[in-house]
Amino acid sequence: MTDVLVVSELIDGGLRKNTLTAVTLAKQVAEGTGGAFDILAIGAGAKNAATELAKFGARKVFVAEIGGGYFAEKYAPTVADVAKKGSYGVVTACASTYGKDLLPRVAAKLAAANISDISAAKIDGGKVVYKRPMYAGNVFGWTSPTTAVACVGVRQSEFVGAVAGGGASAVEEVAVSTDAAAARVEFVGLESQKSARPELTEAATVVSGGRALKSGENFKLVLEPLVDAMGAAMGASRAAVDAGYVPGDLQVGQTGKVVAPKLYVAVGISGAIQHLAGMKGSKVIVAINKDKEAPIAQVADYFLVADLFKAVPEMAEKVKALKAQG
Amino acid sequence: MKILVPVKRVCDPDHANKVKLSADGSAVTSDGLEWKPNPFDEYAVEAALRLNENAPKNEKLGETIVVSLGSADVAQTLRQALAMGADRGILVEANDAQLDSSVVARALKAIVDKEKPDLVLMGKQTVDGDSNAVGQMLAEQLGWPMATFAMTISTTDGGKTLTVGREVDTGVLTLKLTLPAVVTVDLRIVAPTAIKNGATPADHKYNEGARYASLKGIMQAKKKPIDQSKLADLGIDTATTASYAKFELPAARSGSTVFVETVDDLLAKLRNDAKAI
Ligand SMILES: Cc1cc2nc3c(=O)[nH]c(=O)nc-3n(C[C@H](O)[C@H](O)[C@H](O)COP(=O)(O)OP(=O)(O)OC[C@H]3O[C@@H](n4cnc5c(N)ncnc54)[C@H](O)[C@@H]3O)c2cc1C
Ligand SMILES: Nc1ncnc2c1ncn2[C@@H]1O[C@H](COP(=O)(O)O)[C@@H](O)[C@H]1O
Repeated sequence: MTDVLVVSELIDGGLRKNTLTAVTLAKQVAEGTGGAFDILAIGAGAKNAATELAKFGARKVFVAEIGGGYFAEKYAPTVADVAKKGSYGVVTACASTYGKDLLPRVAAKLAAANISDISAAKIDGGKVVYKRPMYAGNVFGWTSPTTAVACVGVRQSEFVGAVAGGGASAVEEVAVSTDAAAARVEFVGLESQKSARPELTEAATVVSGGRALKSGENFKLVLEPLVDAMGAAMGASRAAVDAGYVPGDLQVGQTGKVVAPKLYVAVGISGAIQHLAGMKGSKVIVAINKDKEAPIAQVADYFLVADLFKAVPEMAEKVKALKAQG
Repeated sequence: MKILVPVKRVCDPDHANKVKLSADGSAVTSDGLEWKPNPFDEYAVEAALRLNENAPKNEKLGETIVVSLGSADVAQTLRQALAMGADRGILVEANDAQLDSSVVARALKAIVDKEKPDLVLMGKQTVDGDSNAVGQMLAEQLGWPMATFAMTISTTDGGKTLTVGREVDTGVLTLKLTLPAVVTVDLRIVAPTAIKNGATPADHKYNEGARYASLKGIMQAKKKPIDQSKLADLGIDTATTASYAKFELPAARSGSTVFVETVDDLLAKLRNDAKAI
């Protein structure tokens, strides 16, 4: 019997949907081992988020309202205290940059194993075994903790978010704990660029551009019309981000975001191993590249051998026309 | 500033797709692949050197110590960092199978307790295990503040604090940490103006990426000290927290690549065959 605690991720006072992928893991583990799962809504806006989180069949939803911007030193003591009180076997969150920052710090407080970025879990003789990508997704390891408690990060692209059902969990406020390290951190600010497009990690279609786009202006003039015609999210290679064409939060890959949309279009991207690590789980992969030999061919289902500056504008027009026809 | 930089050696990350499994799937074998410093750790060494120098005057401002846990061969990895400009090395001999994030964090804590650096600067993750956990665990064990995924670092308040820009999913999150602290670095930390140390003029532009060792650096590195000990000597709990039962290779993508020459052809295939648009 393993009880699970899900740690929410909030932003701008609202719930990030990626939290629901951790709820999916929690349900699986609780059902598979005959345990229960609870959710901790933590951060600014936790009270409101709790109302939303109460619809997913958790035994309880705890609320820790903490204002003033996230840093791990401020959240970890409360997460650890709630986890200890409830004797959970698993503490889980989405393996976003937030989860990756917070969970290992909590793990150290709990003397727990930290199991990062899992892509699957199975229950084997009452024990939970986790599958996780290693070597940039070129090997999968099956691992289980040897400790009583494990902190587990859930790879968003590999889990379907839980769906709200009937009923409402009991909501309970918890005390906010602190520790000394928090006094040595000051939250200065979060700068984010708002986009009207779907979020990269949640979009059904992603169109990414690489170094071949040559400038930020070309991302706007050449790539964006195709992105919008396809109703897609925009992504990029590291080379495009490093060159300053687009902001870092668009990077797809080992160090950027991991995406697994229904359709991924790589425009002028060679397909380095680190880029493939972030997109090779996509259902259909299209490459647009003038070099037939580019390594992206290893994963591409369709490969348009063409100059992107000719092909992409034509494709944008034709996709628009197709969508207009329905 | 006294900066400690943990460095792990990994098998050539650009050939991670050539990693194989033992016949029974119980181990990963990287036979035939070259060992390289973990790229994020190499970036951390570069960042430490930039923090510890007045660049135009080529003047040293602090000590940079590199530490590695692994087989005796990691001396090679340490020498590479010493050749870049780090001052001395610490080698803790351990069998890779004995190490996981918790053990490495506890070992690093023992070294920090002894060395008392102002800053531990390290990679955000190893590219073999892809765990991304040691820095956070170490910070917690030390009771120190931390900033993960650093893309910019500036010394502030006369060197008592560091202002760190963190590259997060939703943008750039800036924190100010009172030293001593742990900072883990991301790719962009080696951009030309990512580091401001108060001595090097703020408009100074470094070359993109980690520096190459000069011939002189390589010669000097041979004489720089590397302190050697064994994991058991550190007096820490060496129990790992997780075990791997088996490994598997990812399923190959089904089908092969269909090459097309025209946009019309591509769209027809996406619509009729793949049903993707
Ligand atoms: C530790 C580490 C982590 C990394 N993490 C990531 C990561 O998360 N994500 C990532 O993307 N990279 C990552 N990288 C970098 C990666 O190794 C590659 O350098 C990078 O992905 C290359 O980007 P690119 O494909 O845009 O550029 P290039 O490799 O330069 O490829 C450009 C492609 O465009 C094609 N092309 C050029 N002109 C045209 C044209 N007119 N029309 C059509 N095609 C054209 C070329 O044939 C070529 O294939 C990482 C590297 C390291 C060391
Ligand atoms: N064997 C090791 N020796 C030295 N440093 C290590 C070792 N393993 C991990 N580290 C450090 O911890 C960071 C994060 O590693 P990980 O959490 O294992 O992905 C790395 O970038 C290194 O700086």
